[in-house]
Amino acid sequence: MTITSRVAQTARPAGRQNPTSASEKTGTFRSKNTIDPTYYWMVLPVLALFAFFITLPALVGVFFSLTNYAGYGDWKFIGLSNYVNIFKDPAVLQSYVFTFVFALTTTVVVNVVALAIALGLNAKIKWRTGIRTVFFIPMVLSALIVSFVFNYLFSNSLPVLMERLGYTPLATSILANENLAWIAIVLVTVWQAAPGATIIYLAGLQSVPSEVYEAADLDGAGSFRQFLSLTLPLIMGYLVINVILGFKGFLGTYEIIVGLTGGGPGMATQSVAMRIFSGFTGGDYSYQMANAVIYFLITLLISVIQLRLIQRRGVSL
Amino acid sequence: MTASTLSKPVNNTNPPRRKNLSGRTRKSSREGYKVNWWLTALMLVASLTVLLPLYFTVAMALKSPDQIGGTGLAWPNPMNWENFAAAYVATNFPRAFMSTAFVTVFSVLGSLACSSLVAYAIARNWNRKFFRGSFVYLLSAMFIPFPVIILPLIKQTALLGLDNPAGVVFLHVLGGISFNTLLYIAFVRSIPVELEESARMDGATTWQVFRKIIFPLLAPMNATVGIFAFLGSWNDFLLPQMMIADPALQTLPVVQMLFQGEFNTNYSLAFASYLMAMAPTLVVYILAQRWVLSGVMRGAVK
Repeated sequence: MTITSRVAQTARPAGRQNPTSASEKTGTFRSKNTIDPTYYWMVLPVLALFAFFITLPALVGVFFSLTNYAGYGDWKFIGLSNYVNIFKDPAVLQSYVFTFVFALTTTVVVNVVALAIALGLNAKIKWRTGIRTVFFIPMVLSALIVSFVFNYLFSNSLPVLMERLGYTPLATSILANENLAWIAIVLVTVWQAAPGATIIYLAGLQSVPSEVYEAADLDGAGSFRQFLSLTLPLIMGYLVINVILGFKGFLGTYEIIVGLTGGGPGMATQSVAMRIFSGFTGGDYSYQMANAVIYFLITLLISVIQLRLIQRRGVSL
Repeated sequence: MTASTLSKPVNNTNPPRRKNLSGRTRKSSREGYKVNWWLTALMLVASLTVLLPLYFTVAMALKSPDQIGGTGLAWPNPMNWENFAAAYVATNFPRAFMSTAFVTVFSVLGSLACSSLVAYAIARNWNRKFFRGSFVYLLSAMFIPFPVIILPLIKQTALLGLDNPAGVVFLHVLGGISFNTLLYIAFVRSIPVELEESARMDGATTWQVFRKIIFPLLAPMNATVGIFAFLGSWNDFLLPQMMIADPALQTLPVVQMLFQGEFNTNYSLAFASYLMAMAPTLVVYILAQRWVLSGVMRGAVK
């Protein structure tokens, strides 16, 4: 973040004062070496707003993470103590463990489900359009409201159903169960996020030429073999994109937890994002800012690793 | 990628689980396609995972308080339509609706205008450091998760008097700008420069070229960006909840949250309210589903 903004700042004067250094390919027809100032006016207001509303808060946040600011009143610099304390705070560490386990599980389940749906939709089924319409409905609904609906299903309908079936272990709400609540969150997240991943897989499956399968048929390869040896390698790029986009999104999960458990029971399902937001009301503003900075560094590290992975695979984003 | 390619059976083959009985006949694409009924049945059953919760929501919304209980899956008889009127009044639906509509409309317009302008300027001046640098800078937002900036951001917007729906619009537009610009730039590059040059010969300014030539040509991408912006804004919970100080100006998802206490004693009222909040996007989607899916698909292919 800070690195890229510095790049932009140094690039700005260079571009303005020295336009002749640029090559002439896309200049206006009037002159090959000067640029119509209109182009700057198209970009500058947005850049200014972006710097003000996105970059500035990020820098302010880093600044306050080095203080003991409670969100109000006086503050003073305390160096890195916030950071040191975070590593000793079981509540924060637990939220990281929960968030990573949740994000990993959800990424796997979402991709398996989405790939299965995409394969089904891409096959020779009847009423394709109608079935497709139904599968993509969750994409247009508010995650929070969906969670409220599932909240009732999990805490009232499911226990009643289980009791009738005589399966007592699940006759109480799984949302109130410290060890099971996270599974409910995974399920609702999958329900909500699968359509988005399915679309990407559909795009991938449709990019595979049918001749490939015809050749495989001639060679006598069965369906499952074709899927493993042909389809999967050919759509690997789409899988990588889905895993990257999904994992990053699930790390920041918030609404669905708010709608289902509110972080409970106890603190069993509190995500990192929820912890950070608690700094707004909890009086530990600077402490949670330090948490946010650590969270940022972790996501950045993951992004860098993922970008490397993409480059090695030669996938274009 | 258009709607027609979406619905077309592009590769003529197999999902897993498919018996290879029809293997011989299926190869010639002339024969049209042979329906796989087993798979169709499987997909229909699977689609219940989506339909059941929706059915449940509708059923609950139509119940009177004494019909609630059990699994909640039974269809109410008689149906209690007054729940909607009650929820309409209780949550002050029109006000929340207008607030949500305000945020959504301006976020969509802002996203379309800002992202396309920026993308055009950057794509046409790619050889200049300033524009390449701007691109990298805007893209950096993709690496900053919202939780990281949210606390200082809220303080900042509150100081500026932007703790209202207008402030949310700013953040929706700026938050989406990296992704939207990325989508637009690829598209602008595919528009030949010669098209603009002839217009410039006739004396058109850069603004006019953008407005009269480029923007209309961007129509397919405008649809994609518009759909993403619409869904993102309408359904957003985090930013309105954190930013909008006055509960009277809150958007529909946040209102559902604010009324949880009240809803807990009256579930049918709650579900009627949920349904009314979900209805607009659901109706738009069902009416324009072909169009919406092809738009989203274009974003996915990018």
